[in-house]
Amino acid sequence: MNGIDPSRAVYAGMKRAGIDFVASVPCVNLDRLIAIAASDPDTTHVPATREEEGVGICAGAYLGGKRPALLMQNSGLGNSINALASLNGLYRIPLLLIISHRGGEGETIAGQVPMGRMTPKLLEAMQIPRFAPDPSEAEDIVAQAAKIAWADGTPAAVLLDIRFWRGRSL
Amino acid sequence: MMKRIDAIAIIAQGAESMDALLVGNIGYPSRELYAVGDRPSNFYMLGSMGLASSIGLGLALARPDRRVVAIDGDGSVLMNLGSLATIADQSPKNYLLVILDNGCYGSTGCQPTCTCRRADLARMAESAGNEVRLAATPAELRAGLAKRGVLVVKVEIGNADVPVIDLTPEEIIRRFMAISAPPSQSS
Repeated sequence: MNGIDPSRAVYAGMKRAGIDFVASVPCVNLDRLIAIAASDPDTTHVPATREEEGVGICAGAYLGGKRPALLMQNSGLGNSINALASLNGLYRIPLLLIISHRGGEGETIAGQVPMGRMTPKLLEAMQIPRFAPDPSEAEDIVAQAAKIAWADGTPAAVLLDIRFWRGRSL
Repeated sequence: MMKRIDAIAIIAQGAESMDALLVGNIGYPSRELYAVGDRPSNFYMLGSMGLASSIGLGLALARPDRRVVAIDGDGSVLMNLGSLATIADQSPKNYLLVILDNGCYGSTGCQPTCTCRRADLARMAESAGNEVRLAATPAELRAGLAKRGVLVVKVEIGNADVPVIDLTPEEIIRRFMAISAPPSQSS
């Protein structure tokens, strides 16, 4: 540990970016971040049943003038691809994706490995910009990702792997 | 039983009289809405099948000061059943989801959905925790539009002969957000 709380750092970046609406589908690594968002009186938090549903809820919130983020595990990216393309991509709707990236170093669940490997390639194929910060740079990078999302009218993804949540700093 | 386009015309009139934001479902329902009641405050969902109810929910939560109505279909709701639970969980007072149930995938050739036999979306919406009403007549539909929760309307199979929407996605969202997003936050 280097003294930085990874969840707090990510949330600080979200606040700096003006995020005021959060939909979430849980991951064990997102537990604390979801709790922080849910307890923020200035943020609307909506637990979704499926990631694609969260994409739709966030798009609706954007139409209503909010700045939304979706918190999810990378396994949920597969559930969301059509919506990210034919809703966000079609209408140029911005969205900050905060993604717990499973399946890499330190993974204990075999089922996480296939989607874990494919996640960066899927984002690349979808032309969604992606970032993978260390905890020490997370606040800046999260805010920057949101800035790009809103400037370009696109989803932008911040991938946070297992080492990130353990407080890794390179 | 009402024709779907007649039900959509009644919903469009009701939305106009209530100054509501209206989300139209993918395919023929949005085309029929465009033909009978185009307004800048209609959001025509051209892709993302299944998400009309979710877009409506997010919009209603973002704008608690505005009335929001979403038009959805049986095939689309079956694709995103979790949405019924999330809508009930949030229960925004300003949101009504109208399900026009014709028992088939109307825009793809009327292949039957499960609602044409055993599945009952009104009971599913109710057991998910929603306030649910049924409307079988134009008068019941008009009355139901002023309520919250879920309104289920059985309608005839078949699409009206209406053209494709000749607005670009950019035009649809630009004119919609000029109304739906407060100016100070619409950047």
